[in-house]
Amino acid sequence: MEDVFAVLIGLFFTAAVYLMLSRQIVRILLGIAILGNAVNLLIFTAGRLVREVPPVVPEEAMVPLVETANPLPQALILTAIVISFSFFTFLLVLAYRAYQELGTDEVDEMRLAEPAREPPPPGGY
Amino acid sequence: MAVDATAVDLARAMVTAPTRLADVLIVAPVVLPLIGGALALFLRNLPRLQPVIAILVLALLVACEAALLARVLAEGPLTMMMGRWLPPFGIAFTVDALGAVLALTAGVAGLAVALYSATDLTAGDRRFGFYPLLLLLVAGVCGAFCTGDIFNLYVWFEVLLIASFGLIVLGGDPRQLDGAVKYGILNLIATTLFLVTTGLLYGLVGTLNMADITERVAALPDGGPITTIAVLYLLAFAMKAAAFPLGFWLPASYHTPKIVVGAIFAGLLTKVGVYALIRVFAMLMPGERLLLADVIGWVAALTLLVPALAALAESEIRRTLGWVVIAGIGNMLAGLALGNEAGYAGAIAYAVHSMLAMTAIYLTLGLVERIAGTSSLHEAGGIWRASPLVAALFLVMVLSASGLPPFSGFWPKAMLVRAALTADAGWIAAAILVSGFLVTLALGRVFLFAIWRDAPAGRPAAGSAGRIGPAVGVGLAAIIAALGVLPEPLVAVATDGARGLIDPAAYLSSVFPEARP
Repeated sequence: MEDVFAVLIGLFFTAAVYLMLSRQIVRILLGIAILGNAVNLLIFTAGRLVREVPPVVPEEAMVPLVETANPLPQALILTAIVISFSFFTFLLVLAYRAYQELGTDEVDEMRLAEPAREPPPPGGY
Repeated sequence: MAVDATAVDLARAMVTAPTRLADVLIVAPVVLPLIGGALALFLRNLPRLQPVIAILVLALLVACEAALLARVLAEGPLTMMMGRWLPPFGIAFTVDALGAVLALTAGVAGLAVALYSATDLTAGDRRFGFYPLLLLLVAGVCGAFCTGDIFNLYVWFEVLLIASFGLIVLGGDPRQLDGAVKYGILNLIATTLFLVTTGLLYGLVGTLNMADITERVAALPDGGPITTIAVLYLLAFAMKAAAFPLGFWLPASYHTPKIVVGAIFAGLLTKVGVYALIRVFAMLMPGERLLLADVIGWVAALTLLVPALAALAESEIRRTLGWVVIAGIGNMLAGLALGNEAGYAGAIAYAVHSMLAMTAIYLTLGLVERIAGTSSLHEAGGIWRASPLVAALFLVMVLSASGLPPFSGFWPKAMLVRAALTADAGWIAAAILVSGFLVTLALGRVFLFAIWRDAPAGRPAAGSAGRIGPAVGVGLAAIIAALGVLPEPLVAVATDGARGLIDPAAYLSSVFPEARP
């Protein structure tokens, strides 16, 4: 089962990297969204996959009776999902505002903070 | 509840002893700014009250962190478990000399920025949440320095990152939005890479507690997946630390926000990346550090030299300073590449110096901009006539950032050069010295043009520096001079921190007081 997931995660990473190498901010952001999901799947798989056994200790026992799903990766992913979702939202708004102000979503054309042809520093008084 | 309470031995899974009041110090660096930030957020419609809250909270924070550092130096690393779960299952907060001294310095830098910004911001900026975000940023930075859990480290990275997003766009100038897009996207990718690597590490060793990871990685056979993980961590943290060639987001963005925001960014953010590099490679994976020592050494040398050259080519003072921040990162990476006690001690001492000096030089540049009304080398001038105090302060900051005596930059650099020479790495020593020379040239030119020469025709230096700004500058200059004239305490703390990294026995026994079954 982990093997299948490994291939799937690889595909996610491929798509994310491909999109992030693009020049349009929107495509970069889509790449980041996919990257976030790739990471979540990776953590989930790194914690080993167990089918449909919730990590709950029966009332009369002190320890789980059978091998259960690992709850820790689920907690980690929950944290990571919340974080990546909020960041993605922020960046979407930021990209839209930047598009409004700068009139472009091509990273090559976003040169307001670093103008392309600046004069060299002064050589003397 | 069918479970008989007498049959459950809670002590096997949880800390049963009540928390001592003195141990609250361990979480104070995080709890105080979080509470302060929440309070400032509730009272955001009272802009006059905002700086008062922030200054009081940060002053209290500095006091707590000083007490914490004193305790760590006296008793060794301290650990506190969240939710009372025994390690390695609960999230550990473990403070050693390295974490405590960096947290204290971060507190001081945050306090300086809060004081300075009391007269630097409009009521609108305050209402849009400068102070809550500043406190949240300090909480994230201190949390990163104090945590003993690698996933928790990731969470603190994200806390400080989201706070920095809010700060960098404060004001909404189009240039800021341009800088923020690059800063935001590249930093988010770096932290995501950190998360990827942490997931892989968890899959390999099955634990997230740093002390536990240290023991388990040491027991792993050489090579294999752990090397991949080490390389990925190097990539992620070097990106956060703005090391060459991954640091171009920094000079693209740090000159765009308000100068107080630039000051706190330059002081704190990249150092968190350096701290993570030092913690992971010096303590968690010393074997992999040895394997990658040459790579780290080359990255360090290039990070020292290329940004120093770039600083010479800039005509905008703020952007010159952005490059100087990166050149400083090279010094700390050089210490990590050397990998001996003196190298780590030099890197830690340099981190302390860099946090203070970079915050101070940005704030002083803010005073220069107030007087000259510009930060362009072509247009600024006449500061010496307009305000000798600001001119003198800027000279102090220039000497300190260039690593010249008698200020704080000199001794860490001397430690690093000596460590490089004893480790037979003369080329690293040469890179440190050449980079220092180039930075001196770049900043010396800024001083000559912006401060020393007369104001260019038609651009009189007529602004006022105010009172609080110069007072904060004098305070920071006093600390910087004190660290330069009396370096022994800093060197002692840094050496203590370095010893704790090379032989983490005290750190481990602080997390696991008794040998585990």
